[in-house]
Amino acid sequence: MESVLGRYRNLIVLVGVLFLQVLGLAMQVRRDTETDSSRLIRVWAVTAVAPLEKALVWVQTSSGNLWHNYFYLRGVRAENRELRQQIERMRIEQVRMSQDADQARRLQALLGFKEQFISQTRAAQVIGASGSEQSRAIYIDKGEDAGIKTDMAVITAEGVVGKILRVYGSTSQVLLISDQSSGVGAILEKSRLQGILRGTPSGEVGLEKVMGDEQVPVGEMVLTSGGDRIFPKGLTLGRVMTVTPGNDLFLNIRVKPTANLSKLEEVLVVTKIDEKQATPDQTVSMRAADILAERLPSVPPPKVPDSANGTGSTPAQAPAGSEIKPGQFKPKTMLPGQVGTRPAPAAQKLPTTGLTAGHSDSSARAGSTTVPVTRKPAPATVREEPSASGSSATKASPEPSKPSEAQPQQSPQDNPQ
Amino acid sequence: MAITYTSGEQVEVYRFSLPATILIPLAAIFLQAWLPRQWHFFSIFDLPLLVTISFAMARRSQMAGLFTGALIGLFQDALTAGPIGLYGIAKTVVGFGASSLGIKIDAENAGARLLLTLVFFVVHEVVYFTVGRGLVSLPMQWSWSHELWSAVANALLGIALYTLLDRLKQRA
Repeated sequence: MESVLGRYRNLIVLVGVLFLQVLGLAMQVRRDTETDSSRLIRVWAVTAVAPLEKALVWVQTSSGNLWHNYFYLRGVRAENRELRQQIERMRIEQVRMSQDADQARRLQALLGFKEQFISQTRAAQVIGASGSEQSRAIYIDKGEDAGIKTDMAVITAEGVVGKILRVYGSTSQVLLISDQSSGVGAILEKSRLQGILRGTPSGEVGLEKVMGDEQVPVGEMVLTSGGDRIFPKGLTLGRVMTVTPGNDLFLNIRVKPTANLSKLEEVLVVTKIDEKQATPDQTVSMRAADILAERLPSVPPPKVPDSANGTGSTPAQAPAGSEIKPGQFKPKTMLPGQVGTRPAPAAQKLPTTGLTAGHSDSSARAGSTTVPVTRKPAPATVREEPSASGSSATKASPEPSKPSEAQPQQSPQDNPQ
Repeated sequence: MAITYTSGEQVEVYRFSLPATILIPLAAIFLQAWLPRQWHFFSIFDLPLLVTISFAMARRSQMAGLFTGALIGLFQDALTAGPIGLYGIAKTVVGFGASSLGIKIDAENAGARLLLTLVFFVVHEVVYFTVGRGLVSLPMQWSWSHELWSAVANALLGIALYTLLDRLKQRA
């Protein structure tokens, strides 16, 4: 017996070592949380490798900065001029976009939406990778001591990078969106189709769970849907590259991430997300009738009705001084689109949010009965906005109930603010 | 490309100094984690595997080979996002196999090393894939063309690396 053990000693040890590792693997797979032993090995490995990586990255960055900031300044003046021009162009763009954003906020407030804001981020430098083709993860130089926690979103200006998987003292491991175990709730920008963005074994990224009968154009942007409760809604994930029918009911959609995942240097860790209700502008508190009155030149300014004699001069009444004999008064028939002096009853119930002083609204300015109230079904209490931005804002809303034309419209006073 | 079959007494047995035994695998793991960030194509190489093969073949001890492979593999696993043990098991097998072959054959020339590294790279990938798919249910894909190209690239890099490591080994 002893001779047999001695003869196959190496083989027995090999089997024993392999068995222990298989046992360890099985335990990790079985448990949801990480065991202390595997955590310890990870901490040792990261502690051994991370300082070297940090030092090398520091040397590399410092020498790069020295070269670029002090020696290699060719073309900086021209670049500066170009950037100034770009700032001017962007300022103009910003004005337009802030108007759109204001409008969207008003609509969201009207619907009682809660918005998610990235209120705090932490910049971090990428110091290393997992070094394996099968595991797409990177290491950043911020950890527990910088307030980093697991499941925090990691982004760049270009788009989403991934999420924090493990946190150590001064480093963290980030699972990239291209990893096969990663999954991000995604939505297509224009078609508003929802799916799950997953990494593939080959390192590509695909959008899953989009039904095969849907139309997905190549080049459409893919955004975060916010459904995973990790990534705030509306962050850029990537662009649709190819769409092919899958083997099952779903489409096979390949997505090119907007963030360059193979050349990451600095990233932002979203450390705090606020969720608060959208607050509308001050103009919302104005009554719709007042705003209409400002807009419609043909509508006389509202007068305080004389309760004593009951002769409040509403446009529906005959002008003062003129005497109307019984049988002589014929109310004027108003055709749609015709300018009249009598405000439509529906106009009294216009929502305040869709109308701002000075806002161009041709149909409303006409003062006709065809003010855009019930021309076509609109989501919830939101009236149709003639501007393109308004329509996009309503589209962004998560499918509120659509009342039919026959349904009565809610008055602004009834809207929950 | 001569692989000479020699008896256990005829082949040279080498050892590495303690600093080299610790620092070389650590450096390999560090470079494996750091270089793909600079050059993405570098992720096809497996420096810790090459170090495992080199150590195992030089020492010609099955016990040393399997433990070196297991430790290097587990350390490499610890840096990935996946479970610990996949690289550990694969490199244990390779370490044992390389040291077993090291006893039988004299793999001191470049041709023999190229061939052995090619074979052990494929063995490593097969074990990794089998354990990953079979035990952990990872959605892995096997591509022969990719594996063979990677094997050739690793074998070529291995020849250069073994030449460097030859300078650090001492006759036991």
